[in-house]
Amino acid sequence: MNWEVVIGLEAHVQLSTISKIFSGSPTRFGSAPNTQANAVDMALPGSLPVLNHGAVERAIRFGLAIGANISPRSIFARKNYFYPDLPKNYQISQYEIPVVLGGSLSFLVDAQPTTINLTRAHLEEDAGKSLHDNFPGPHGEASTGIDLNRAGTPLLEIVSEPEMRSAAQAVAYARTLHNLVVWLGICDGNMQEGSFRIDANVSVRPFGQKEFGTRTETKNVNSFRFLERAILFEVQRQIELIEDGGKVVQETRLYDSDRDETRSMRSKEDAHDYRYFPDPDLPPLVINPEWVAQVKASMPELPQQLSERFANTYGLTQVDTLQICNNRETAAYFEAVVAQLAGNQGKLAANWLNGEVLAALNRDNLDMSSCPVKAVQLAALLTRIIDGTLSNKIAREVFAAMWVGESGGEPDAIIETKGLKQINDSGAIDALVDGVLAAHPAIVQEYRAGKQKAFNSLVGQVMKAGQGKANPQQVNDALKRRLDS
Amino acid sequence: MTQILKDFPSIASLRSALDERKISSVELTQTLLKEVAAQNELNAFVDLNPELSLAQAKAADQTIAAGQAQILTGIPIAHKDIFVTKGWHTTAASKILKGYKSPFDAHVVEQLIQAGTVSLGKLNCDEFAMGSGNEHSAFGPAHNPWHPKVVPGGSSGGSAAAVAAGLVMAATGTDTGGSVRQPAALCGVSGIKPTYGTVSRYGMIAYASSLDQAGPIARSAHDLMLMLDAMSSFDPRDATSIQNCRGVANQNGRIKQDFTQHSQRIEKQGAKPFSGLRIGVPEEYFGLGLDDGVAKAVTAAIAQFEALGAQKVSISLPHTRLSIPAYYVIAPAEASSNLARYDAIRYGHRTEQYTDLADMTARSRSEGFGAEVQRRIMLGTYVLSHGYYDAYYLQAQRIRRLIAEDYQAVLGLKCDVILGPVNPTVAPPMGEKNQSPTAEWLADIYTLSLNLAGLPGMSIPCGFAPGFDGQALPVGLQLVGNYFEEGQLLALAHHFQHATDWHSRRPESATGALV
Repeated sequence: MNWEVVIGLEAHVQLSTISKIFSGSPTRFGSAPNTQANAVDMALPGSLPVLNHGAVERAIRFGLAIGANISPRSIFARKNYFYPDLPKNYQISQYEIPVVLGGSLSFLVDAQPTTINLTRAHLEEDAGKSLHDNFPGPHGEASTGIDLNRAGTPLLEIVSEPEMRSAAQAVAYARTLHNLVVWLGICDGNMQEGSFRIDANVSVRPFGQKEFGTRTETKNVNSFRFLERAILFEVQRQIELIEDGGKVVQETRLYDSDRDETRSMRSKEDAHDYRYFPDPDLPPLVINPEWVAQVKASMPELPQQLSERFANTYGLTQVDTLQICNNRETAAYFEAVVAQLAGNQGKLAANWLNGEVLAALNRDNLDMSSCPVKAVQLAALLTRIIDGTLSNKIAREVFAAMWVGESGGEPDAIIETKGLKQINDSGAIDALVDGVLAAHPAIVQEYRAGKQKAFNSLVGQVMKAGQGKANPQQVNDALKRRLDS
Repeated sequence: MTQILKDFPSIASLRSALDERKISSVELTQTLLKEVAAQNELNAFVDLNPELSLAQAKAADQTIAAGQAQILTGIPIAHKDIFVTKGWHTTAASKILKGYKSPFDAHVVEQLIQAGTVSLGKLNCDEFAMGSGNEHSAFGPAHNPWHPKVVPGGSSGGSAAAVAAGLVMAATGTDTGGSVRQPAALCGVSGIKPTYGTVSRYGMIAYASSLDQAGPIARSAHDLMLMLDAMSSFDPRDATSIQNCRGVANQNGRIKQDFTQHSQRIEKQGAKPFSGLRIGVPEEYFGLGLDDGVAKAVTAAIAQFEALGAQKVSISLPHTRLSIPAYYVIAPAEASSNLARYDAIRYGHRTEQYTDLADMTARSRSEGFGAEVQRRIMLGTYVLSHGYYDAYYLQAQRIRRLIAEDYQAVLGLKCDVILGPVNPTVAPPMGEKNQSPTAEWLADIYTLSLNLAGLPGMSIPCGFAPGFDGQALPVGLQLVGNYFEEGQLLALAHHFQHATDWHSRRPESATGALV
């Protein structure tokens, strides 16, 4: 049977505020346990939460960036459950009316433009941490420690519609989301420190079936690679289970990267009754149009806006712009390159950026921020293509040398050292052409007999004679002139 | 033993004595601490720290000597054990918080320290403010100074008893469903619950957050005004704290100014000071199992208002009866969540033996919480549960809106204030309500609706009615105003007290009948 995969993702994005969402404690990572927990974070008697407006501002930014609705009045609710690192034994979260509703993200999957709709994004507080390993109790016995430094850290939980149909799509969505929140400056994006965490809701159904299959929720996925592995494992597990006559159970599963598998954490039967109700300590969150306008005015140019501008200014395709506007560094790199080039050479810059540069980055597993070829250097290289010094082919050779830092990564120096300058001199090209025509009368004969392929063969011979440096256009023209005269 | 505060009928009179050096704050504090010890059987106090009280008194004397005394400098008060304090233990009268000391003071406590008051300690109450008789306390019941075998009311029973017994000039209380007004009524003293949001809840141990509001208990409306004025101010640490009361900044001085304006207007009217005042009397209030003696005293008080020039208007508050089911859904729902933090992990009582974490928390809570608290936690958990939320919690919220609308349909339109009883009976004997918990709940009929609506209300003594053992026990009159009209209520009560002397009646011997 053919199976269709259905995936929805929930991202927990730690917002980049200095203090916590309901208290004045700092949110820094890595401090000594319980040094960043005050009376509110410890849920001491008489303590009360007060909303950090910086967290709200970041949520508004996100909502605007994905074209969502910003709720003029959203509600904080209490999600009640007992857990030792949840000091109040309820989590303050948004339930019925979240701050952000709807919106969408567009990105490329295998060069295919894809749009995924978002359900909602809501503000909530993080819990603390339980330390199970090597934590001796007062009498040396094995114990669990509680660190409340993280308790109350602001999170934006971003929920997608179940619209993704492959692990590749899910990873592309997650990467795009990650890039966006970093682009917006609302999250540091550090996945090792847990600033960006993904839960994957996965189900399968026979192709053509309308109803969703039973889904599982896989937690603890802290890298894009693991996300892909976890989804692939889970899809395979579900398909095998069903094909063996079993049934998928609705449950929460945990991804174990060491064993590359997902494991059951708790089933639906163990699911808590969270007894949500509006938090009486916090009045409704009112966001008036003025506040939204103020946030809007302070926003960086968004990927969508930038894409449109690039498309209009440089005649780029959607594939081009989605790739370039995938993250802020790439877009900035593109703009820096274009700024160095005379005339409107956006298309050339885009082709190189999305071609050579991204391929090299991917091959070496690098980020744009650590790209060894600087924008100004790439611009210098492209200038040599534009002025005819280099053919595209030779330029790629120069680029490879720049990438590994030859001659300080300066293209002119590399061209000089390697003698890669294109031959543009018509006299020299004519001489090459004449030599080839004289040496291959048989091919000339074939051409004259009407074989178009023979022409290409002659071009090849001339290029070979010129060690690839002859200007291909000029070679073409000169050959045609000679043969057709 | 003599009672030193009997010599001072009001805060103002004690103020003069302190300013004229007839007595020092330290002397007064020392004497009162002795009286507290002598009246130990009253069980009004649950924690003392004489050293700290005397340090505060000494500071007050220095302020007075420097000629910088404010109205409350050196005035002896005490705090309900619901307010967290750095200097005294804070337990909410619960075993689960036995020995707990807060690293910070409640906003109310801070404000009263700034105002120069001297705190004698912490006062008994019902556990987590859940109860109407101060019988649900881990410290045992507080007693009513009018008769040792009747309850002082609750949950601020210790506060009302201490004021009535003359151990403090005033005390703080909290009122979630009548917990300031009702004990004030049953102990023959005055108490006010201000508009929700005017006094910060920061540092007030939460019972039902959307209903909890702090308020003072004192001997007279004027003393209440001085206390409330010092307590009421905007606090950014409480997100429900109100910054602006109908165009007036919520800060110290607001209540006093409003009170003074109303007082001056009333005084100008001479022999009929209440001329032009429309007093609404709800029809529903006199058919709800109201005790005859209480009805008689309340009716007489209303007649007294008329004699002073007010015009009586019959009004209807049709949803009054629904306030009991609405309250006993909303308050336990919030409480079940508010009290979840007492899990024996970070602080508080921890059981001796347990098998695992869940067992530790469950056993500690079972041992640490009293029966009434457990009852309300279970009830609240139930009404918030999946499948019951709409039928109970949402329905109760709808009733809550209807009740608030009832008041808005009459206040300012048909009447200026509403008068009525505080409690259907005088103080009942101890142990009476233990048989049926819901019987205790039904007696809250006159007080709950104000908390549901968030309106201000107060209780002042208006007479006596025969109670347990044939003893004449105090009756309270409730005054209700619209939002932020505490100043007007206090001014009316003050002038009523000017014309009557119910508020200056004191129990003969607070502990005389105790054996």
